[in-house]
Amino acid sequence: MRYAYYPGCSLTHSAAPYDLSTRAIAGPLGLALEEIEDWNCCGATEYISINKAAAYALVGRNLALAAQQGVSQDVVAPCSACYLNLRKVDHYMGKYPDLRDQTNQSLAAGGLHYDPGSLRIRHLLNVVVEDVGLEAIKSKVTRPLDGLRVAPYYGCLIARPQLNGGSIDPEYPTHLDHLLKNLGAEVVDFPLKTHCCGGHMTQISADTAYELIRRLLHNAAEYEADLIVTACPMCQLNLDAYQSQVNRHFGTGYHLPVLYFTQMIGLALGMEPAALGIGREVVSAAPALKKIGKVAPETPAAPRRRKRDDKALPMPRQREEA
Amino acid sequence: MHGSRASDSFLTEVIESTPGAETLITCLQCGTCGGSCPSGPDMDHTPRALFAMINAGMRDEVLQSNTPWYCVACYYCMVRCPKDIPITDLMYSLKRMAVREKLYDDRDAPDWSQSFIGMVDNYGRSFELGLATRYHLTHHPLKKVGVGPLALDMLSKDRMSLRPDRIKGIDQLRAILDKAKSMEAA
Repeated sequence: MRYAYYPGCSLTHSAAPYDLSTRAIAGPLGLALEEIEDWNCCGATEYISINKAAAYALVGRNLALAAQQGVSQDVVAPCSACYLNLRKVDHYMGKYPDLRDQTNQSLAAGGLHYDPGSLRIRHLLNVVVEDVGLEAIKSKVTRPLDGLRVAPYYGCLIARPQLNGGSIDPEYPTHLDHLLKNLGAEVVDFPLKTHCCGGHMTQISADTAYELIRRLLHNAAEYEADLIVTACPMCQLNLDAYQSQVNRHFGTGYHLPVLYFTQMIGLALGMEPAALGIGREVVSAAPALKKIGKVAPETPAAPRRRKRDDKALPMPRQREEA
Repeated sequence: MHGSRASDSFLTEVIESTPGAETLITCLQCGTCGGSCPSGPDMDHTPRALFAMINAGMRDEVLQSNTPWYCVACYYCMVRCPKDIPITDLMYSLKRMAVREKLYDDRDAPDWSQSFIGMVDNYGRSFELGLATRYHLTHHPLKKVGVGPLALDMLSKDRMSLRPDRIKGIDQLRAILDKAKSMEAA
């Protein structure tokens, strides 16, 4: 199965482990991913906040390049925000002729053109579940993730908005749950599975984002998850890289590693953690992965800080009996 | 519900700026949007209230509202709206109108968006370190004590680049974006 691959900006740096693990599992799963040549940013949530015509043209260039390069009708995006922007522009260009014409006038300035509907924009999670199939994946598992309690975190944009109906429940999807079960993991109930991670709010209104992140960590901890599994670079970044700040802000002590579903598949297929980018998360997954006997690269523990509201004097402690 | 009033021109303007927003006039004022909103508590008006204000032609109050800037674009309101109002898309339109007329109260959110698109216009891709540096050094740097350690975490995990990546077809992209911007301004 051949796909035009749109990694998106996050996967080139902050979500590099997602890209690495995606490429690592693609072969064994029978997915031939061919990167769209010279793709550009999808605009995230920012471009459309300032300029609509340019936001459509920005995405339009990617669609036009993918169609022109002709690798496949199916474009696969591992990033949920890219997935949204690509499919939304394709969908709205098809639905609103004015928008289609305006976008194509812009694209013409670069010698490009795009006919809406000529590509199918797919999220990597959906491709893995629908095209590869759970049975096929299960048959390839050599090291089941037995005993590992995972919280399946979808975030917003895999489930919403529903542009063409769609088979995925907008509030309570289950395909990531089923995928993880087939890898042998114990999937915990996670009622906040499609709640927002705060998106770009960490940058412009941190308190807003910290509260949303806290709710998610609290919910996963309540159900005694060993780790959170996600399919979105923004969700991973907010929950992982901001976890210590959230702990400082609320005086909490969460330690919940956040890995990508592609890393979990790789582990279950017997791949080495380092080859999947495991060890590059800020909150180390090594303690959790010991449960399944994986020797994950240890990340040096951050120096322990006293909680902000801890008013006790630092007292010398007796060494515990061995 | 509304005849030919001056207020209708603002309503029309908002609808025309957003694909599929004709449904806005059918808003039931049920409040499902505000009740579904994760950042609702930080907004000065819920989306429901904002729609009533648009209908009442309260142009300046609407465009000065912080509501669109607190929208996290989670699309919960949009999938739950019984009248299929493209609420998230409307929030983006209100942001654009506020920016065009410089009517927003708080500079932080629009500046972040502007900084981001500056990176995209220059390189064709996002450049996190450049973006964060440019933005945070000019917006309450003293409050951003957490940003430094976070950047170090990301650098030490090889998850942040010190240099931007520039696409090969940057001239082509700029020609496309310039053309689009000229049409938006018209």
